[in-house]
Amino acid sequence: MKLVVEIAKTHLVSKPKQTLIAMLGVTFGIGMFIALVSLMTGLNDFTEELTMSSSADIHIYNDITESRASIADEVNANGINIVHHQKPRKETAKVRNALQITEMIRRDPRVLGVAPTLSSQVFYNYGPVELPGNIAGVDILEEDKLFDLRSKMKAGQLEDLLANNDGIIIGTGIARKMNVKVGDRIVITTPQGHTMPLKIVGLFQMGIGTIDNVRSYANISTVQTILQQDHSYITDINIKLIDLLQAKTVASEYQAMFGYKAEDWETANSTFLTGITIRNIITYSVSFTLLIVAGFGIYNILNMTIMNKMKDIAILKAMGFSGKDVRLIFMIQSLVIGFMGSVAGLCIGYVLSYLIAQAPFDGGDMVSLDHFPVNFDAKYYITGIVFGVLTTALAGYMPSRKAAYVDPIEIIRGQ
Amino acid sequence: MEYVLRTTGIGKYFYEPEKFKVLDAINLEVKRGEFLSLIGKSGCGKSTLMYVLSTMDTDYEGELEISGERLTGKDQNFLAAFRNKHIGFIFQFHYLLPEFTALQNVMIPALKLGKYSRKEVEERAYEKLNILGVKDQALKATSKLSGGQQQRVAIARALINDPDIIMGDEPTGNLDSYNTQLVFDMLEELTHTYKQTIIAVTHDEEFARKSDRVVEMSDGRIVRG
Repeated sequence: MKLVVEIAKTHLVSKPKQTLIAMLGVTFGIGMFIALVSLMTGLNDFTEELTMSSSADIHIYNDITESRASIADEVNANGINIVHHQKPRKETAKVRNALQITEMIRRDPRVLGVAPTLSSQVFYNYGPVELPGNIAGVDILEEDKLFDLRSKMKAGQLEDLLANNDGIIIGTGIARKMNVKVGDRIVITTPQGHTMPLKIVGLFQMGIGTIDNVRSYANISTVQTILQQDHSYITDINIKLIDLLQAKTVASEYQAMFGYKAEDWETANSTFLTGITIRNIITYSVSFTLLIVAGFGIYNILNMTIMNKMKDIAILKAMGFSGKDVRLIFMIQSLVIGFMGSVAGLCIGYVLSYLIAQAPFDGGDMVSLDHFPVNFDAKYYITGIVFGVLTTALAGYMPSRKAAYVDPIEIIRGQ
Repeated sequence: MEYVLRTTGIGKYFYEPEKFKVLDAINLEVKRGEFLSLIGKSGCGKSTLMYVLSTMDTDYEGELEISGERLTGKDQNFLAAFRNKHIGFIFQFHYLLPEFTALQNVMIPALKLGKYSRKEVEERAYEKLNILGVKDQALKATSKLSGGQQQRVAIARALINDPDIIMGDEPTGNLDSYNTQLVFDMLEELTHTYKQTIIAVTHDEEFARKSDRVVEMSDGRIVRG
């Protein structure tokens, strides 16, 4: 065994240029794989985190736009009823018994956190500026548990909201457009025409334009007052689960149990998720192609080596090396090429990813991003090396097998 | 006297381009320490017989026995290990591995056998190279040696595991007369001094005449010896 390794090593070392070229094929393939995968998964994780941080795992609300059974259906249940142009029933978006529902959900062992909120369309007024937006009445500490708001604060503290009954935390986009800062007062106008001045106690930035430019947070009671509703008025319940992937089943369970629309994050963000899948398909197919090309390179070089070494193979076999020994000699060579090439590829991939991560990138108004998000997860480096070694093993196996079957007599007599 | 090699009724066919009997009922017995030359016209089957005797060709009928072991019907891995231990080869061309030094070439079969430590193997290899008079070339790359030196290194390699038989296929076929004489003398010394059994296929009549025993073949049969 040791001897076989020694012979393989001598073969590799005695033709350094050829060995290097074979290795470079793998290096290039793996390097590109790492760079591509790092950038793509970095982008994926970035968008996924953004979406996850701005949407709950499960969102329960009263969907007043959902079509309802007509009165004709109720009266004449077994007949054929056709009702044209049925208007939605006049009802508020209120979730009845929201606090009891919240308590029930909180006792579910699969649930990590639950936050009742109420939200409403509003206008933000500051002097002559009038901006449409959306105010959420929340228990700010519960909300922080679900969405990690604290890390997204750009100015002020979450606790300032608890201390101020007329406080409001607004998105940085709104603050920029209205040219206001912490301590200023803005006026909130509801669709029903009620107005109320609120003091800005903090600014947050989620990183998504569609949220930072419209959303604001206030205490539940504050918003209830603005809307002139009672203390049980809650429009939404946001839920965070321990296991994200259970969202779909849990959501349909809650929908059946409470009779309100329960939407899971996958449904709410289906376009984002499709994008992620497509990016993954592209990444893996491009990397796979690169590796196959590298594999063909190794196959070629090893095939050529074996052709040139027919005489050596014949004499090794005459001297008592079995077919298995000969196959091992060439398999070891291809594995060494594959392993060293892959390791070099990982290094190059790391350097490339590092450089990409330094490159400035303007995310525009939509996402707050100044550099490319790059993923340095060790998982992809392990995948890379396993992939690289497997490809070369496969590419080396076929020529090595041929070498094992070389008939020494044919070579020796043919001279 | 004991027999190192014995065959009974060995026959062999070639199937290309048409079925043809190359070897017919070969019965051959070789004693220990014998220097045997196998001669005959081109195409008489002497090389074919050699390769059957060498255990590399297993497609034959009849029986082959070397050092008391029946080798007919054994699998390739067994035969490879057997060759390593019991048979040394010398070919018309030296077939040294070009990436290795002369010393390493001689050591490889012994390292494969694994009977001795690396240090002992190295000592033995030097000893064999010394017998063949090429000890001073030990650390050179084989491509830097002359034809005669290369062939002598190849003989040292054939000797390294103290084989029961050395088989040669035109061992001097590619050498000038001076080196032919040199190599022949060495082979002769091996048989006389070390009781080494040698079977050599040759075209060289002088070479054959000087050996202990000549076996002549014609049309796949032994006609003399």
